[in-house]
Amino acid sequence: MKPFGYVRAGSLREAAAAYAAHPDPRYLGGGTNLVDLMKLGVETPATLIDVSRLPLDAVEERPGGGLRIGATARNSDVAAHPLVRTHHPLVSRALLAGASGQLRNIATIGGNLLQRTRCPYFQDVSKACNKRLPGTGCAALEGVHREHAVLGHSAHCIATHPSDLAVALAALDADIELYGGDGSGGTDDDGDGDGDGTRTVAATDFHRLPGDHPERDTVIRPGELVTAVLLPAPAPGAVSLYRKVRDRASYAFALASVAAVLDLDPATGRVRHVALALGGLAHRPWRATTAERALTGAVPDADTVRRAVDAELDRARPLRDNAHKVVLARNLARDALTTLTTLAATARRAP
Amino acid sequence: MVVSPTEHAEHAEHAEPAEDAAPATAGTVTLRVNGREHTLRTDHRVTLLDLLREHLGLTGPKKGCDHGQCGACTVLLDGRRANSCLLLAVAHNGAEVVTVEGLAAITPGGGPHPLQRAFLRRDAFQCGFCTPGQLCSAVGALAEAAAGHPSAVTPEAALAEPGRPVEPTAPELRERLSGNLCRCGAYPAIVRAVADTVTDGAADGDGDGDSDSEAGPGADAAAAPTPGGGPV
Ligand SMILES: Cc1cc2nc3c(=O)[nH]c(=O)nc-3n(C[C@H](O)[C@H](O)[C@H](O)COP(=O)(O)OP(=O)(O)OC[C@H]3O[C@@H](n4cnc5c(N)ncnc54)[C@H](O)[C@@H]3O)c2cc1C
Ligand code: SF4
Ligand code: FES
Ligand code: FES
Repeated sequence: MKPFGYVRAGSLREAAAAYAAHPDPRYLGGGTNLVDLMKLGVETPATLIDVSRLPLDAVEERPGGGLRIGATARNSDVAAHPLVRTHHPLVSRALLAGASGQLRNIATIGGNLLQRTRCPYFQDVSKACNKRLPGTGCAALEGVHREHAVLGHSAHCIATHPSDLAVALAALDADIELYGGDGSGGTDDDGDGDGDGTRTVAATDFHRLPGDHPERDTVIRPGELVTAVLLPAPAPGAVSLYRKVRDRASYAFALASVAAVLDLDPATGRVRHVALALGGLAHRPWRATTAERALTGAVPDADTVRRAVDAELDRARPLRDNAHKVVLARNLARDALTTLTTLAATARRAP
Repeated sequence: MVVSPTEHAEHAEHAEPAEDAAPATAGTVTLRVNGREHTLRTDHRVTLLDLLREHLGLTGPKKGCDHGQCGACTVLLDGRRANSCLLLAVAHNGAEVVTVEGLAAITPGGGPHPLQRAFLRRDAFQCGFCTPGQLCSAVGALAEAAAGHPSAVTPEAALAEPGRPVEPTAPELRERLSGNLCRCGAYPAIVRAVADTVTDGAADGDGDGDSDSEAGPGADAAAAPTPGGGPV
């Protein structure tokens, strides 16, 4: 590991200012990903700006019934929080499906969203990797890529995003709140004119597809901080779930995962709202908008669900060694929608 | 190798880096470890695991993988379990740390800790390399369940009812302890040992081991090992 300076930020403003003032800075959350990558030589910051003690760890109800989850809240505390468990249990489920008990105690919400890919070539500095060193090529294309992307990949990068939380946030149409950036100490360009130096980005727009720039995982700007995740109020009567398939039953990243929300019209049994997000398949959580369009307004019987899911996953372009992921994703998505349809019907019948 | 008591650098937390002066790469860290306060100057690169092992001589926490993938380095940090290999010591200045060496001291009425006794009774190890991490992890896991923290296998109904302790059944224990790999495959006995302490409470404090003869409620279901093996 390269020697580095360490600054503990006491406030957002201080953190942004420290970022601007120091050479080659990185923000430090729990460090469960960053410290790992520093040991591997993948990350070589000259300065760590510790934001883990910023007073951003609250989970609060927002006016209108939504939730605000602070960026430095620990994954375990958010999963266990009464508001999260009762408003959006799939967020708890997604967090609890990730990592291990001891890692979740340290990992922060901001760090979870900004964790880097687990592509083994990205983590091995002796290998070609466009994400780590743009222009060097992609060793995974012809290498071991059983766990890599089947959707939205490019000739430059076939990595997947590893966060379970991000998949749940995509299905919930959450927003990510950001602060500062480019040393400005706050740009306040979310158009709300409140001058608090923040902007919000839809969770579905936060992570990127690799395209020509796989070195950029997200749309975050240099120096920008994640300050919170904003969740909308849950629709009354809507049901949701998070499911994850992996090589072992626990403590493993997703081969495929699904976060789904379903709201049926109680009178007709037709789909009023459906959100389907797939994880482990692409460089970002994959919002299955084609399937959603096919389902909206329809009665979600087995045939309709199959056709909708197929319409989405027919777009998959598996690599030499990961066609199994498409099958996994099809079955997972169908099963999720069928389970939710049953749940929604039961919830409707209940007094 | 990276801790140097003779480093001249200012503690970075207070350092006002002058224009184009590189920031200090070492600092002072005060930790309370197993009840004793230690103040050390360390290079910022030193992890809590290396600080404990190399500088405080506490070799209970083990370096299995050094990447968060095995749990052998698990300690209690401010009362919660954490992988000490991924914690930078400097980022935890002021923290309270308990390692396996300190479990006896946090046991009411004196140690060994009930979990340590249960591990002995149940023969919950072979080589013992993972054991210090398993023990600290189990202490943390039981506290989390008692505080009502859910897990991936907690039933829907319990998830929807915050504020109640989660019953540490065998499936709960297996899931909650999945962050600790055991290369010897002692999982069934580990889960039985932890389940014993749940049944006994902190009991069997008389140390005669007589409450170990009957399997705890989860013991049969606990026979299947936690799926595990290769690194993540
Ligand atoms: C063995 C293992 C298994 C795992 N399994 C899973 C899994 O199954 N599912 C899953 O989702 N995750 C998994 N993880 C990943 C884990 O969830 C992440 O490492 C963790 O969430 C990162 O959070 P952190 O606070 O430790 O981030 P850090 O490591 O501190 O930071 C990660 C990145 O985010 C940046 N950053 C941190 N906070 C902020 C902020 N507020 N604003 C701007 N930038 C910030 C840092 O600069 C860094 O680039 C696993 C990790 C390990 C080691
Ligand atoms: S898939 Fe992406 S992260 Fe992996 S080697 Fe290729 S460019 Fe790098
Ligand atoms: S040594 Fe820390 S998890 Fe393996
Ligand atoms: S007893 Fe040998 S690793 Fe667990």
